[in-house]
Amino acid sequence: MKKLKFERPVINHINAGVPDKFGRGTTIQAISDIEDIAVEDFLSQYGSPLYVISEKIIRDTYREALSAFKTRYPKVQFAWSYKTNYLNAVCKIFHQEGSWAEVVSGFEYEKAIANGVPGSKIIFNGPDKSKEDLKRAIENGSLIHIDHFDELYDIMNIAPKTGKKAKVAIRVNMDAGIYPHWDRFGFNYENGEAWTAINKIMPNTDMELIGLHTHIGTYIMTPTAYAIAVSKLAALAVRIKIKYDYHLKYLDLGGGFASKNTLKGAYLPGSDTCPSFDDYAKAITDALNNSDIQYDHMPTLFLETGRALIDDAGYLLGTVLANKRLLDGRRSLIIDIGVNNLFTSFWYEHQIVPTKIKQRDTEDTTIYGPLCMNIDIIRAAVQFPLLEKGDQVVIKRIGAYNMTQWLQFITYRPKVVLIDLDGKTHVIRENETHESMNALDKIPDHLKEIQL
Amino acid sequence: MKLKKNIAVSENGFLFDPHSGESYSLNKTAQLIVKLISEGKTEVEIMNSIMKKYDVESSALQRYLDDFIMMLHQMNLLEKEDN
Ligand SMILES: Cc1ncc(COP(=O)(O)O)c(C=O)c1O
Repeated sequence: MKKLKFERPVINHINAGVPDKFGRGTTIQAISDIEDIAVEDFLSQYGSPLYVISEKIIRDTYREALSAFKTRYPKVQFAWSYKTNYLNAVCKIFHQEGSWAEVVSGFEYEKAIANGVPGSKIIFNGPDKSKEDLKRAIENGSLIHIDHFDELYDIMNIAPKTGKKAKVAIRVNMDAGIYPHWDRFGFNYENGEAWTAINKIMPNTDMELIGLHTHIGTYIMTPTAYAIAVSKLAALAVRIKIKYDYHLKYLDLGGGFASKNTLKGAYLPGSDTCPSFDDYAKAITDALNNSDIQYDHMPTLFLETGRALIDDAGYLLGTVLANKRLLDGRRSLIIDIGVNNLFTSFWYEHQIVPTKIKQRDTEDTTIYGPLCMNIDIIRAAVQFPLLEKGDQVVIKRIGAYNMTQWLQFITYRPKVVLIDLDGKTHVIRENETHESMNALDKIPDHLKEIQL
Repeated sequence: MKLKKNIAVSENGFLFDPHSGESYSLNKTAQLIVKLISEGKTEVEIMNSIMKKYDVESSALQRYLDDFIMMLHQMNLLEKEDN
């Protein structure tokens, strides 16, 4: 007699009434392949864990965002926010699509130059610009977005020595009706600080004020906040026209569009709640078109969108190391992806799924990484199928910030693979090795010999 | 190994514990194991009767059974044994 298919025994506690923190009734769909390449093949060829990036999703997402704006306001220019993902291959895809570079440090500036971005198409943001950084940026004609008065004075000193006019904008912070109000970067709008800075720059012959910049925050769920930001920057632009008879060339609205990831503590999944590019584009371009800026001097709209352009294109693949029971009987699943590889797990309830579902039953599960640390929690509470050692998992929407904020800790960082438009895979960053990790260490002579 | 008194399992896999007032849902395999426990079967007998009927290796089954019995203890559904 043929034996029946076996399923593991499962007993689940039934909670009457409200769903508990593990959430009920969500069916988990397995992801067995990414763009027709089996997860299993990825991991056997490149090792586990592994980052995978889809070139197609990057380009499609970029084009969707660009067209949402272009169809409403033709003068639009994106600048790729390097900090979000500065793998060179990723930056080059954005640059091929026409995106400039937005950098916040000398390190990122050098990367952009090495990636072939002309200095005049680099926006240099952030509070940390050394005198050398500023000199190079002035000489290259980059757009320097001034963060504070000390930087303004530095530029006043350095620019004359270069024989060039510094092209500058100021970063403006403001109350855009949202919380938190980011007031630590740039000059404040409401208290007049921004206007004071403008009045120092405008008469200065070594500087040319070309635009105004703001970045009101990140993961902004309310498009109307951008409309407020536009109206405040536009008011400054109009004031500059009145006082100096001068037209600014651009307004830069920064980044901050939400990605479809679910924020920790959110009641509904991000994919249901996050505004579309069209929603943001409508709010921003309506505010621009309705502003008092003269019609034939409308500024270029710069956008430094980060996470919303890249999150969906990234996947993190990994392998189950073990199952354990916690003291309260909850299942814990240990995988080879730790928070050092998935920094964004501190903000997001990342969607994690198995590559196959062997049986329908799920259990309250906590998913841990392999680090020997208590904070290493990928999902604190999720209804999850019963997986076994060696089974594989996929974490979705990890393209933003993880490949820049990753931490090297107790093991080597893994490879990153790109799937190109023809479905071919390319390693775009090698895994670390003993040699690469040790290359920067130096041992003083008296520590060279040890005897045990 | 003995199920606590008065524990009732319905046809469609719901288990009610009158001592605590809690209910649980069981899948088919779990229902079968609980039934065998209530008939007073030993662990070895439970293993044998499952392997006769289902396609499963004994080492894997042993792991799942250990885990399941631990859960029954955890949920206070088994009589405490002094060994
Ligand atoms: C100045 C600036 N521009 C753009 C970005 C990208 O933001 P996001 O990823 O939220 O779009 C950031 C992120 O912090 C930023 O600080």
